[in-house]
Amino acid sequence: MQQPVIDIRHLNKSFGTNEVLKDINFHVNKGEVVCIIGSSGSGKSTLLRCVNLLETPSGGEILYNGKNILDDMHDTTAYRAKLGMVFQQFNLFNNLNVLDNCVVGQVQVLKKSKEEAEKTALQYLDEVGMKAFVKAKPSQISGGQKQRVAIARALSMEPDALLFDEPTSALDPEMVGEVLRVMNMLAKTGLTMLVVTHEMGFAKEVADRVVFMDKGVIVEEGPPEQIFNNPQNERTREFLKRTLEKF
Amino acid sequence: MEFFTWVVKLAKLYMPTFLSGAGTTMLLAITGTVIGFVIGLLTGIVRTIPITENMSSGKKSLLKVVNRILTIYIEIFRGTPMIVQAMVIFYGVAAATGVPLNRIGAGILIVSINTGAYMSEIVRGGIISIDKGQFEAAQAIGMSHWQTMRFIVLPQVIRNILPATGNEFVINIKDTSVLNVISVGELFFAGKTAAGTYFRYFEAFFIICVIYFVLTFAVTRILRVFERKLEGSDVYQLETKEEPLDAATGN
Repeated sequence: MQQPVIDIRHLNKSFGTNEVLKDINFHVNKGEVVCIIGSSGSGKSTLLRCVNLLETPSGGEILYNGKNILDDMHDTTAYRAKLGMVFQQFNLFNNLNVLDNCVVGQVQVLKKSKEEAEKTALQYLDEVGMKAFVKAKPSQISGGQKQRVAIARALSMEPDALLFDEPTSALDPEMVGEVLRVMNMLAKTGLTMLVVTHEMGFAKEVADRVVFMDKGVIVEEGPPEQIFNNPQNERTREFLKRTLEKF
Repeated sequence: MEFFTWVVKLAKLYMPTFLSGAGTTMLLAITGTVIGFVIGLLTGIVRTIPITENMSSGKKSLLKVVNRILTIYIEIFRGTPMIVQAMVIFYGVAAATGVPLNRIGAGILIVSINTGAYMSEIVRGGIISIDKGQFEAAQAIGMSHWQTMRFIVLPQVIRNILPATGNEFVINIKDTSVLNVISVGELFFAGKTAAGTYFRYFEAFFIICVIYFVLTFAVTRILRVFERKLEGSDVYQLETKEEPLDAATGN
């Protein structure tokens, strides 16, 4: 069997006495799209932030290509450069234009030349349909456009996997589509993706595997057909009923 | 009409003194603000380094000690008048070493460390006000703390604190007048010299007052222009390689 890109074992995370993640076990294989769903406060965003060490886990192991990254915290920056992250609030660098947002990491972290970095950046900006906006500042473009640039910025680092933290939750409804279309396209290219989302349609259509979390534990995990059509757990059924029947 | 006669007379007689005084005042204010800005930037950065769980204990305690020292520095220089600091430092050094400091040098030193204490708080406020997401996004693409600061955070901080820095500059132009207590030949000192000779205090300091105002007013205008330049353009050009319309229609 192939080795997973990310393999999480017995992960715990507490903020003070508040246990947010309890004994989490799951993995993401190369080329797989895994969606994490669950209600607010279930710990899914914290889990994603633990994966790229924006939060330091309280216990457990995170194996990246078989190596436990929590053993040796000195290599944190190199590890993070290998995992792209797309945030709910976009977090584009406000002082840089669209092109430089995608260039700065390549030049400073990957030590690429400026010309090479710009070529890569333009290629990915083209892929997300934002090539025309290279000179715009983040404050001059819409939310959906910002998120597409954020995706291009993450892709420019040519990561092994891309993490998405509710990428469409801060967007106006009419802009959700443009971002989901880009993500769908990326999934088809075979990119490894771990997506925390409230977009059930996306999870159902695009995910290879869906993970349902509730109160800091993984309740159920399986192919989308099983989770959406034939959920095994009472809490999963309850959640889907609440989410899918809006009226 | 006696007032105007004296103003004109003093202005004519003491113009070189007034001009050299104004020059010294600007020298003290500019160098003091620039050095103070650098001190404030460095101390502000150090004081906002997060103490994280995965730091070695040696590094942690070093950071705590440095932070304590910087806090003491800031509290002392913000908490005492500059005029008193000037006396203590100038006569203190002379008493301790037996050699008096160069007066201009002492003036620059005092204004710099004083401005540094205020700027440190301004920079710290500027860094705190940057959205946490900017730090996280930089970390997420693998930047170190220093790279994050250098390329993402500080450019935004410096732009945001520019008005406050301009403020410090204007304050320094005026407040260097207290350095007359250690006989630095700045503008106020020049006024005292002119006034004392003929016992014409009102007329002499009226001229000084006008010169101070011209200096601060000119500086605020220049800073405003500089700020607007830094803002950059509020329009951007789309990069398109499409053919012009009439060529595309093929007519």
